[in-house]
Amino acid sequence: MNRNPDDGEPLLAVDHLSMRFGGLVAVNDVSFAARDRQITAIIGPNGAGKTTVFNCLTGFYAPSVGRLTVSHSGQRWWLERMEAHRIAGAARVARTFQNVRLFGGMSVLENLIVAQHIKLMRASGFTLAGLLGLPVYRRAERAAVELARYWLDRVGLVDVADWQAGNLPYGAQRRLEIARAMCSEPRLLCLDEPAAGLNPRESADLSQLLTFIRDHHRIGVLLIEHDMSVVMAISDHLVVLDYGRKISEGPPAVVRHDPAVIRAYLGEDEDESESEDRADG
Amino acid sequence: MNPTTAVTATSRVQTLDWSAALKDAGLAGLVALLLTLPLVGLRTIEVQSRLTVEPHLAEVALTALLVFLGRLGLTLAAAGLARPVLAAATLALAAGWVLPFPTEALRVLMVIGALVVALRALWALHRRHDRLSQQERDRRMDHLGARFQDATRLIGPAAVMLAVALPFLPFADRATLDLGILLLTYIMLGWGLNIVVGLAGLLDLGYVAFYAVGAYSYALLAQTFGFSFWLCLPLAGLLASFAGVMLGFPVLRLRGDYFAIVTLGFGEIVRIILLNWANFTGGPNGIAGIPRPSFFGIADFTAAPEPGRLAFHQLFGLQYTPLHRIIFLYYLILALALLVNLFTLRIRRLPLGRAWEALREDDIACTALGINRTTIKLAAFAIAAMFGGIAGSFFATRQGFISPESFSFIESAIILAIVVLGGMGSQIGVVIATLLVIGLPEVFRDLAQYRMLTFGAGMVLIMLWRPRGLLAHREPTLLLHPRQSAFRRQAEAGGRP
Ligand SMILES: Nc1ncnc2c1ncn2[C@@H]1O[C@H](COP(=O)(O)OP(=O)(O)OP(=O)(O)O)[C@@H](O)[C@H]1O
Ligand SMILES: [Mg+2]
Repeated sequence: MNRNPDDGEPLLAVDHLSMRFGGLVAVNDVSFAARDRQITAIIGPNGAGKTTVFNCLTGFYAPSVGRLTVSHSGQRWWLERMEAHRIAGAARVARTFQNVRLFGGMSVLENLIVAQHIKLMRASGFTLAGLLGLPVYRRAERAAVELARYWLDRVGLVDVADWQAGNLPYGAQRRLEIARAMCSEPRLLCLDEPAAGLNPRESADLSQLLTFIRDHHRIGVLLIEHDMSVVMAISDHLVVLDYGRKISEGPPAVVRHDPAVIRAYLGEDEDESESEDRADG
Repeated sequence: MNPTTAVTATSRVQTLDWSAALKDAGLAGLVALLLTLPLVGLRTIEVQSRLTVEPHLAEVALTALLVFLGRLGLTLAAAGLARPVLAAATLALAAGWVLPFPTEALRVLMVIGALVVALRALWALHRRHDRLSQQERDRRMDHLGARFQDATRLIGPAAVMLAVALPFLPFADRATLDLGILLLTYIMLGWGLNIVVGLAGLLDLGYVAFYAVGAYSYALLAQTFGFSFWLCLPLAGLLASFAGVMLGFPVLRLRGDYFAIVTLGFGEIVRIILLNWANFTGGPNGIAGIPRPSFFGIADFTAAPEPGRLAFHQLFGLQYTPLHRIIFLYYLILALALLVNLFTLRIRRLPLGRAWEALREDDIACTALGINRTTIKLAAFAIAAMFGGIAGSFFATRQGFISPESFSFIESAIILAIVVLGGMGSQIGVVIATLLVIGLPEVFRDLAQYRMLTFGAGMVLIMLWRPRGLLAHREPTLLLHPRQSAFRRQAEAGGRP
C-alpha cells in the first residue's frame, strides 16, 4: 500500500508476491494495487507470470512469499491464507480463464445460475426447503434468473440462453464467461486475456462491455491482455511484468513511453495478440 | 473396427484391392499362428510322472486358418462384397454347429467369428446407401435422444402405470414378479449410483459396498435387537450414508482414475471385512433367517399367524397365497425406486444438483465460483450411499439370507455398466440399460455359459456404437424461453448456431 497516491485503502493490494516452481521463479517480488471502479491491466510478454499472479490471487496456487489483501465493505481478507472457494465466496473475487472454462454440457442460462450457487444454496435451505418446494426458494430462483437475464442482455446472449454452452461460437463463450463471473456478484473481477481469439469488432465490443462494468457496477477490474488496442483504450492503470518481475507501472500514457517497457515488450512484437494457449489451471 | 478396415471402407467398391486384402488377412493369420503356437500348440502333459510336450499342431493350423478367413471376410464385407460374405458367414455358422472339431474352443471360435463377420456384412448392407461419419451418427443419435426425451413425458408415466398394474396382469406368475423385483432393485441401484457417476461425474467402482452395509445393517439390527423392517430401513440408509461420508472424507481429494481405484479398494475392503469378521457378520456363511417385512407392522404374510398377530389375508379377507408377500415386496421396491427417481428429478433443479453437474463439467470453474467441491461431492456420495443402503436392506429382507458373495466387485461393475450404458445422467436410460443388462441374460438363462460372454460383447458393441451411452441427451433444468426450447432445436440443427 505504498505506491498509490489515491485516497483510502485499495481494493486489492499485492505486496511482495513471489511464486516459485522448483527452480523457476515465475513471479518475483511483485507489488501493486488495484482500486475500486478502475481497470488495472497487467501486461507482459508470454511467460511473464501474469496468469500465475491470477492463480495466486484466486487461491489455485499458494504463493511462496507475499501478502494479498482485499478490502471492501469494511472488511479485509488475506487471500494467501484462504481456500480457493472462500476467496470467491467471501472475499468476492471472481475470475475468468485464459482457456475458457464453461460448463459446456449445460445451458447458457444454467451456467449463470450455477454462478449464483452460494446465494441459492442458502435460499434453498441447503436443499431442504428446495426439496419441499417452499416459496422462499422459488422467489430466490426467479431473482437469480432475472440477474442472469440482465447479464445475458449486456453480453448479447439472450436469444441463445437455452443453448448448450459448449456449442456457442468462441467469442460468445468468452462473453458468457464474463457474464458468469459477474453473476457471482464480485467486488474484484479478474479477466485473463478476454480478447484472445476475438476479431477486431468483438474486441471493440469487449472494451465497451468492460468500461460499462467499471462505470456502472461497484467493482474493480484486473485485466490481463495482450491486445494493446484494448489495453490502451480502457485501462486506468498499467502494471508491466517481464520474467516475473514488475518492470514498470503507471497510467497507460506514461507506461507506453517507458524505455524499459519498450525494450522488454512493446519493441519486440507489439501487435502479437494471439498467445499460445497454456494450461493455466 | 480397426483403422485398416475403416480406410478400405471409405474407398470401397471401385477398386477392391485383392492383394492388399489377402496380405492383410495373411498377416492376421500369421499373428494368430504365432500367438497360438506357444499357448495352444504345445501342451505339457504328464506321462509316467514325467513332463513331456505334446504338440497340437492341427488346432494351431485351424485357428490360424479361421482367423485368416474371418479377417478376409471382414475386409471384403467392408469393401462392398457384403452379400457373398454374408452367405459364406452364415454357412460357416451352420457348419460350426455340426462339424466335428478337435476341441470345443475351436467350435466357439468358429461360431462367434462367423457371427461377427455376418453382423459386419449385415451392417455394411444396411448402410450401403448412407455412409455416415461418426460425428453425423452421433448427431442423429442425439436427435433421437431428444425425441425420446420428449417421449418420456408419456413413456415415463406409462411405464410406471404398467409397473403398477403388472401383478394383476394375467401372465404375472411368481417368476415374472421375481424378475420384476430383480429388475427394480437394479434400477434403484442404477438411479442411486447415477447421482454420483452421472450427475457429479465421480467414477465410483465400489458402490456395492453401500449396498452391503445396508443389507448387513438390516440383518444385524433385526436379529440382534429385533427392530422391525420399517425402523431398520431408514437406519440402514443412515448407516450406509455414514459409511459414504467416512469413505468420502479421505478420498474426495483424489481425482479421476485415482478416485476410481480407491473406491474399488473400498468395495473390496468392505467385502473382506464381512468375510473375516466371522463372529459379527457370520463370515462366509452369511446371515440366515432374516425377518421378512410385515404389512406396515399391522399384519404378517403367513398362512398361520402367531397368537396375537394378524395375517395379511385375514386382514383383507382373502384366500391365503404365498404370492401376497411377493406382490408386497414388488410394490415396496417399486415405491423405493420411484422415490429415488423423484428425488433425482427434483434435485437436478436445485442448486445442489446443478452444482453436481457443474462439477462434472469443470471442477476448477466451480471452485472459482465459490463452490466448495468437497462438501458438494460429499453430499453426492452420502445421498447415493443412502439409497444404496436402503436397496441393500430391501435385498436382505427379500432374500432372507445374505453372504459376502452377493456383494462382489462384479455387482459394482454391473451397476456401473447400467449407468454408463444408459447414458450418464439419464433416468430413463438406466431403466432401458437395466432391461438390457439384467433382463436379457435372465431371459436367456439357457445359454448359461455364454451369458457373461454375450454381456461383455454387448457392452463393447454399445460402447463402439455409442460411446456416450444410449440416451446421452440432456435437457436443461430451466429455460429462459420455455415455449421454444431452443436447446432441442439446436440439437436438431446439429449444434451449429
Ligand atoms: N504449475 C506450474 N508449474 C511449473 N511452472 C509453471 C506453472 N505455472 C506456470 N509456470 C511457469 O511460470 C511462467 C509464467 O507462466 P504464466 O502462465 O504465468 O505466464 P503468462 O504471463 O500468463 O503467459 P501468457 O501470456 O503466455 O499467458 C512460465 O514459465 C510457466 O512455464
Ligand atoms: Mg497467461
